[in-house]
Order: sequence, then structure tokens, then C-alpha cells
Amino acid sequence: MKKKRIVIHEEYCIGCRLCEVHCLVQHSKSRDIVKAFKEERSSTMARVMVEESGPVSFALQCRQCSESNCLEACISGAMHRDPETGAVVCDESKCVGCWMCIMVCPAGAIRQNLTGTHIASKCDLCYGSAMPACVLNCPNEALTYEEVEVRD
Amino acid sequence: MQIIIIGNSATAVGAIESFREYDQSAEITVVSEEPHLIYSRPLLSHFLGKEIERSRLAYRPSDFYVKHSIRPILEDAVTAVEPEAHTIRTASGLSLHYDKLLICTGGTPIVPPLQGIDIPGIYTFTKLQDALSIERYIDDYPISRAVVVGGGMIGIKAANALMKRGIPLTMVELAPRILSAAMDEAGSAMLTQILAEHSVQVLTNNTVTSIHQSEGRFSGVTLRDGRELGAELLVFGIGVRPRVELAKAAGLVVNKGIVVDKFMRASAPDIYAAGDVAEAYDLVVDMNRTVAIWPNAYRQGAIAGAHMAGVDRADIGGIAMNAVEVCGVPAMSIGNGNVTGSEYEVLSEIDERSQNYKRLVLQNDRLVGALLIGNISRAGIYTGLIRHKLDVSSVRKNLLSEHFGLLSLPDQYRKHVVSGSSIEI
Repeated sequence: MKKKRIVIHEEYCIGCRLCEVHCLVQHSKSRDIVKAFKEERSSTMARVMVEESGPVSFALQCRQCSESNCLEACISGAMHRDPETGAVVCDESKCVGCWMCIMVCPAGAIRQNLTGTHIASKCDLCYGSAMPACVLNCPNEALTYEEVEVRD
Repeated sequence: MQIIIIGNSATAVGAIESFREYDQSAEITVVSEEPHLIYSRPLLSHFLGKEIERSRLAYRPSDFYVKHSIRPILEDAVTAVEPEAHTIRTASGLSLHYDKLLICTGGTPIVPPLQGIDIPGIYTFTKLQDALSIERYIDDYPISRAVVVGGGMIGIKAANALMKRGIPLTMVELAPRILSAAMDEAGSAMLTQILAEHSVQVLTNNTVTSIHQSEGRFSGVTLRDGRELGAELLVFGIGVRPRVELAKAAGLVVNKGIVVDKFMRASAPDIYAAGDVAEAYDLVVDMNRTVAIWPNAYRQGAIAGAHMAGVDRADIGGIAMNAVEVCGVPAMSIGNGNVTGSEYEVLSEIDERSQNYKRLVLQNDRLVGALLIGNISRAGIYTGLIRHKLDVSSVRKNLLSEHFGLLSLPDQYRKHVVSGSSIEI
């Protein structure tokens, strides 16, 4: 089955971190870049992270594995697969912050959200939008949103 | 086709979800002694500590059974498995036929052979009923001190919950240090220090030798070193042993747990075992062993479920690992993180002031274990390296780097993780 997934192209990444900025805005309450950074910085965080070492950089978010270690390790049932997109999503109202998912994610793409809460924070493919914010705002197509074959 | 699953926890859910991916028509029956629909045992400490409401113990939505066409038989114990006849018998008198049977009976809490422990105020801590009983007891009686027997995962989780309720605690551990199965000496020492800072009295090399009671209720203990402690509540958090009685009586091959192959098949046709009760392959120690942890339970259930539906989903084996917070400080133990010996190379970094510790264990240039306390960010990358047995000799110096990430690793491995399994490592 084909599903839309974020594809990473490290050769095009310029390390500008605009993906991180817009991911944070997308997951803020206000969804306004100024308010998000001025007022909500302590209560929201980006779910994409730029890794950088010398000339190489790339933006990393959840790889949406088809046999997801995080989903299997989750003790609360918060991690679940969205029936429509097939994305692995963390139900933040169920997560207790046990960090089992962080222990098993081979990409290291899940982080502790300790901004006034205590839950796992990960990419949700910007649930409900046609294009994830990181992809939409990448100036050099280092992130693209493409139909890829995934296990049904 | 008739599928029967004995047990109703992570393994059962793993099996059901995986089986139903491939087969929507077979009838699935789940038999459980407990009266509850699927709930999360690891969350019990969060529930007892009043961090979450009871409703949040539900591990799957309430329509889980209907959606997956499951017939739950609750509050009924399986009394016999008859491999030749392909039937199970239950305490209520049912005799049920199976085409495929999954035994995921989990573990039984270990309780030391002490006189007079069957009194109010003394509990184990693995089931919802245990948590409810402890909660009611705390509500009914003033608790000036509680004793937690066992400084392993269950003991720590029980301690976390009681601390959240403001109950002064003494933790008694038989081994020379707490979390001895998970942590090395330095890690245990740091976590002991954290407990001490939260006023938990940790007594190691010690154990309860007798139980005191007053007016028919628990009132204290005498310890091996002779000291007496007054307390109104005692929780056994020593650990669990695989619940193999049914399998043994049925004539299945059982060591410490039910011996299974890579598809989780036990020694009799059409019978599978998975989860805490199974002795399955562990890729770090390169042998079958019982490991009572949630991720393995789910994964093994999923492998069994697929195979019952005729699909090969065998994987490369499990890894013993666990994550726990000690008074809010996260701690993880992955694989052989606590081993010592000349065959191992250890990379470690400790900062006692900020309570951060990292210990990586290499053997033949492969990562075989990791301990992390405090900063746990990107811990799963280590788990992935252990699972893939990647040669890390060329990146050894990066492994403890402050900015450790996928860029710290060989290019090919990074591309494999980032772009998927189509790229060979």
C-alpha cells in the first residue's frame, strides 16, 4: 500500500533549522510564529531535529517504521497507528512519560517533552494537514513528502 | 479455526493485533482469571501514586475486543491443557477446543517463605487487584512507614508510588545493591543516593526474617541484621517467576520458562508460548532465556500471532532492557549494560553532581549493553546498534559524545536507519 511519508535528502540540507522553527509553530497553541516563540516557548517543542557535523547535516523526524519498536514497547497504549495515514502517533492524553519508546527508537527520533508536562514527543506528520510543516518550509527540498510503498 | 489465548496482557494484545492483520475470520477466545479487560500492569505504580485515573489503565480502547472479534472469558482459570485432544479445561467447567493455543500466563510474584504473611497490610504488586487492595488499605489505616521488600524494578516502582503518596519508606534488598540485575555498582550507587535524597531508607545485604502483627494486621518486621522496624504496610516487589504450572502439567518442555523456537512454538503441536512465561531467544546472550519485560512480551505475542495465521514473522531475538524513573530521574538498562570482565571494553562517563551516568559495554567491537541515568536522549540509537551488532570500532570515540546521534555512526548505517531497510548496512 502507498502512503505519504517524509523523505530525507541530506545532500540538500543546509542546516538552517527552519524545519525545527516551523514544527514548533505548528505544534504550538497559537500557530503564530511570534507568539509561539515569545509566549509558548516553554510549553512546546519541535518534533524534528537537525543533526549537524562538519559539512553534513540533515533533519530527522520519526521514520514511521512499519514494525514500530515504540508501538510495541509503549506501556500505556499511547503510541498507536493512525488508521488513515498509518502514522505512529502518540496520544498525549495517555502518555505517562515512561520513556520506553525513547529506549527502543533506532533513529533516536522521540524526545522527552518536559515543557510543563512529562510525555514523549514525536512527529505526527502534522496530523490533518496536507503537507507537514517541516517539508513545507524547507527552502532546499531537503525534506520531501512522497508516496512510498509501506507494508499494509 | 479456533484460537485460544490464555492470558490477557501485552502478549495477548500483540498476538491479537498481529493475527488479525492476516486473518479476520478465525474465532479468538481469550481466557483470563482476572475480571478486568486488558489493562497495563506497568501503569499500576502510576495509578497507585495517583498520577493517573483508573480509566487510564486501559491499554487499548474499550472497543478492542469487539473490533477484533474476540470472545473474552473473564474470571475463569484454565485448569488443564490437553495437547493431544487439543482442548483446554477451565475452573468453571468449560471444555474448549483449539486449533492453535497461545499460553501467555506471565509470571507469579515471588514471595519469601515467611510465617504469617497472609494478613492485612501485606501485598504483592503485579495485578490491578493488588493496587486496589493497597489503595484501600492506605485509605483505611494511617501508614507511618511502609517496607518495600526488593530493590529491583517492581520494588522501585512500588516505592515511587508510595513516595508520591507521602509515605515514608524503607527498601530492603537481599543483594549488596539495588537494581543489581540492571545496573552496575556505580549506577546502583547513584540511584541509591537519589532515593536517599528523597528520604528513602535503603538497606542492602538484608532481608526480612520475621513478620510482626498487631490486632491481626501487619505491624512491622525483624530484619536479618537483627533490627526491628515498625511499619503498617509491606509490599513484596522481589520479582516474578514464570507461571509454567499449566505447561508442565501438559507435558510441554519447560526449563525456567516454556521453551519456544523462533516462531514461539512450544514443544507440542499447535501450542505457542510467549511473554514472561516463555524462554525465548535473547540475541545479546545468544541463548534462550526468560525476560519479563513489556516490549518483549508484545513482540513475542506478535510473532506467535502471525505464525498462528500462517505467516513467518520470526525476528532476530529479544534484548533484555528496561526503563524506570527513580524519584523522577530516568534510568535505563539495555542488554549487557552491567557486566564486567576482561572480555569487555567499557566506555563510561559519570557526573555525580548532575546525576548523569552513561556506561557503554563493547565486546569484539560490538556494543552489547548500555546503562543511562539522567540524560537518556537518543538512547534507542544504542539499542539499535546492539540489535544490529554493528561494528563500531571506527566510531568508538563518538559513542559518548555530547552530540551523539546518527551522524556519529558510519554513513551506511545512518542511511539504513534514515531511509529504511532497503539500504544494506
